[in-house]
Amino acid sequence: MRKLLLFIPLALFLGMGFFLWKGLYLDPREIPSALVDRPMPAFELPSLTEPERNLTVADLTGEVALVNVWATWCPTCKEEHSFLNQLAQQGVTIYGINYKDEPVKATAWLQRYLNPYREVILDQEGRLGLDMGVYGAPETYVIDAEGTIRYRHVGAVDANVWKQLQAVIEQVEGAGA
Amino acid sequence: MQRYLFLLMLWAPLSLAAIDAYEFRTPVDEIRFQELTAELRCPKCQNQNIADSDAPIAKDLRREVYRLINAGAADSEIVDFMVTRYGEFVLYRPVVNSHTWFLWYGPYLVLGVGALVILMIVYLRKANRRARPDAKKTELTAEERARLDALLEKDNKG
Amino acid sequence: MIPELGTYALVLALCLSVLLSTIPMVGAQRGNLLWISFARPLSIGVFFFTAISFVALTYAFLANDFSVSYVANNSNTALPWYYRMSAVWGGHEGSLLLWVLTLAGWTLAVALKSRDLPADILGRVLGVMGIITTGFLLFVLFTSSPFERLLPRSPAEGADLNPLLQDFGLIVHPPMLYMGYVGFSVAFAFAIAALLSGRLDAAWARWSRPWTNVAWAFLTLGITLGSWWAYYELGWGGWWFWDPVENASLMPWLIGTALVHSLAVTEKRGVFKSWTVLLAIFAFSLSLLGTFLVRSGVLTSVHAFAADPERGFFILMLLLITIGGSLFLYALRASEVKSESSFSLVSRETMLLVNNVLLTVICFTVLLGTLYPLLVDALGMGKISVGPPYFNALSVPVGALLMLFLGVGAVTRWRRQDGTALLKQLVVPFVIAIVLGVLSLMLREGESTLWTYVGVILAFWLLVMAISDISDRVRRRSTPVLANLKRLPRSYYGMQMAHLGVAVLAVGIAMVSAFNEQRDLRMAPGDTQQVGDYTFVFEGARHFDGPNYSSDIATLRVFYKGEPYDVMQPEKRLYTARGTVMTEVALDPGLFRDLYVALGEPLENGAWAIRLQFKPYVRWLWLGGLLMTFGGILAATDPRYRKQSRREQSKLETANA
Repeated sequence: MRKLLLFIPLALFLGMGFFLWKGLYLDPREIPSALVDRPMPAFELPSLTEPERNLTVADLTGEVALVNVWATWCPTCKEEHSFLNQLAQQGVTIYGINYKDEPVKATAWLQRYLNPYREVILDQEGRLGLDMGVYGAPETYVIDAEGTIRYRHVGAVDANVWKQLQAVIEQVEGAGA
Repeated sequence: MQRYLFLLMLWAPLSLAAIDAYEFRTPVDEIRFQELTAELRCPKCQNQNIADSDAPIAKDLRREVYRLINAGAADSEIVDFMVTRYGEFVLYRPVVNSHTWFLWYGPYLVLGVGALVILMIVYLRKANRRARPDAKKTELTAEERARLDALLEKDNKG
Repeated sequence: MIPELGTYALVLALCLSVLLSTIPMVGAQRGNLLWISFARPLSIGVFFFTAISFVALTYAFLANDFSVSYVANNSNTALPWYYRMSAVWGGHEGSLLLWVLTLAGWTLAVALKSRDLPADILGRVLGVMGIITTGFLLFVLFTSSPFERLLPRSPAEGADLNPLLQDFGLIVHPPMLYMGYVGFSVAFAFAIAALLSGRLDAAWARWSRPWTNVAWAFLTLGITLGSWWAYYELGWGGWWFWDPVENASLMPWLIGTALVHSLAVTEKRGVFKSWTVLLAIFAFSLSLLGTFLVRSGVLTSVHAFAADPERGFFILMLLLITIGGSLFLYALRASEVKSESSFSLVSRETMLLVNNVLLTVICFTVLLGTLYPLLVDALGMGKISVGPPYFNALSVPVGALLMLFLGVGAVTRWRRQDGTALLKQLVVPFVIAIVLGVLSLMLREGESTLWTYVGVILAFWLLVMAISDISDRVRRRSTPVLANLKRLPRSYYGMQMAHLGVAVLAVGIAMVSAFNEQRDLRMAPGDTQQVGDYTFVFEGARHFDGPNYSSDIATLRVFYKGEPYDVMQPEKRLYTARGTVMTEVALDPGLFRDLYVALGEPLENGAWAIRLQFKPYVRWLWLGGLLMTFGGILAATDPRYRKQSRREQSKLETANA
């Protein structure tokens, strides 16, 4: 009996070792969105292109779409922008949230690098971003036709990420149909 | 080069003292602010609370805590506000639920097991000595025991 | 050329350490004295070549050789020479080389200072150290060589050492820490040697003790230095963050403390043998686990080196072989161990067992809290964080229990103690401690919590028990007090000093946690702020240019109860090479309180955001750590080890013959 007890430390260590091994392939800094399967937070913010007009969640409903949080001070946003332009040309609906930025800079930036967004929400103070749990640009959300958040990706969107997003979109559309 | 950038990312936010010159209505509010911001984790940083971090998101979150305190929110409401938006990741004090039960009570379990082990060791030793008839070899005679006790007394006295 | 010599020297060291891992071990198994005798020269060789490699890297730094990638990432021509030297261990590869050098150094020390060890034990001990050295040398050479070149186009200028590391703290903290971490490998090697040879007797404990005490003392010093450094360097006056990397150093320290006490019991009473061996294995295993946590990217930490899963995998394999192998050996061999005596429920043996259980519980708590986010994530249950509120909530009560038993244990007799007599002995000191604790806190303005009282009362408890024990031993005979004091062995003084350190540490923690005051505010030139009995007057900030930075220096006049007291000058520096901004805190240190001023952002009209802190008894934290360190060194250098070990040795040899 005592002999068996003596194997406990080894067993415990092997158990811990297994989790450490699994941990090597996880990213401790990746946080899932707390708002998955919850509605987009309510907001009323001006549009970048038509400043007298206020946008709300209603303007984002109707179909499954992407919501991209970006800013001119964010270098990674520039990297992903050309890919977003491609997606827009393919017919993907993308809404933009201009996060903690200056409208003049943002307009110039979009003129220079093209505008893939159906609408651009001006979130100068970052309130909408905060309500959505944004912690660093760029972030891209998938929302369904009712405006419920279904998925979030933190970081640039490229071909690989797009595959993941597509899978989510298909799943959402399938469930909705 | 990449490693340098990575290191820069790791260290850069650390260097500034994140000091906001907020004014509070009462000293209690200021202490609440200090305690809350110490217990909320910065979602973007490398393991820092929002009190110490210099990242823009931490600054925003501190501002929110300040705003909520001034608006009269209770500590639990402020915590809920943060968790609703950022998830339980931002709590340095983990919620006590079925997932974290072992985290909070495990050490006491181990303490209990430890206490049991101590008792078992002591009593088993006594039982072993009484049970084994050939223990005569290791048993001490009365004279030897007296000598042992005397030696131990010396040891106790240093 | 020199960096390549460095690599070549490492390869030579590797070859020798492979020989060291095998030949003496096989020799010990077969009783071949010739093969065992190779151990000493091989150890010298391993150290020699590792040292050459280290010197080569240091040379590359001093000579600003930016063709070496590691130097380019961590140095700069404007960096002062002493920081260039300490930059050697400022990053992953170099600090790992320091690790290996320290390991080779301890191996050398054991090889040179162990004339009294039986040959087969020495062969096995050095063999085990050789195995560990081989593992780490392979790790360095295959995944983390500091000598990689950036050719053909090497930068003309380096990226500079992180400004946070351009400090005295970097010069002392890592080397001391590594001396401790790596030093536990000696206790580990002795334990493995004992298991392999089947000779788990009290003599083994006696050989292990001085090495373990010294390693423990270094680790205590390393942790203390780290806390002190973080305090004045990082800008917010904290001294312990329960960060995973900090926890990685605390865990071996906790088990190391248990080990130090367990070895004492095994040596004196011949009991706990298999527990002591297990603790020795755990202590070093936790050191290795710490190495893994810091360098693999598995946990997020402000202290962690750049994460690399490939390296993490290598270290995990190292862990599997070393820890898995040793625990397997333990499971096979430990059952053959027999205790040499028994003890009753109330006895010093039991008290020390309680001490070890409590330390193990705290270590378990720290381990659990550190790894729990990983556990939850790996099981797909989401992402959570475990931080200071958890660790404080759980370690404080158990720590308090520990202090309570500490006071009791030191006066409990070995083997058998009358419980009622013991309680009677304890009542008066306990009451005195409560009275002193309560009085001293009530005389102080401010809010003490329950735990503040507990901490201070227990600290007084330890003090009273120590005084009572010393006076008992000193007033016993008709000989004068001074003579009796001299007769007390050095290890006794070491013990009392270390335990006093615990009390001092507890007071520091209790006081600074309860009575710390902080104000963050906007101050324009002429503004004043009162914190306690101190008044701070802000006079403004001016610009200044340093060797590799530009800064703003603010001036604050400090008045104590209305009288001029001091001028404090916090700074904000912009380091030109990296473009990082750093806060240089203004500190007015004192035995009973620190004044702490940090400069924040500039606001409009010459006003600045300023943080003022009043930190009572914060220096007692590190004072406690220093007392523990010196206590450990005193105990380790007790001369009775060397005389008695030779007597023991000859007795053993006649007994075994």
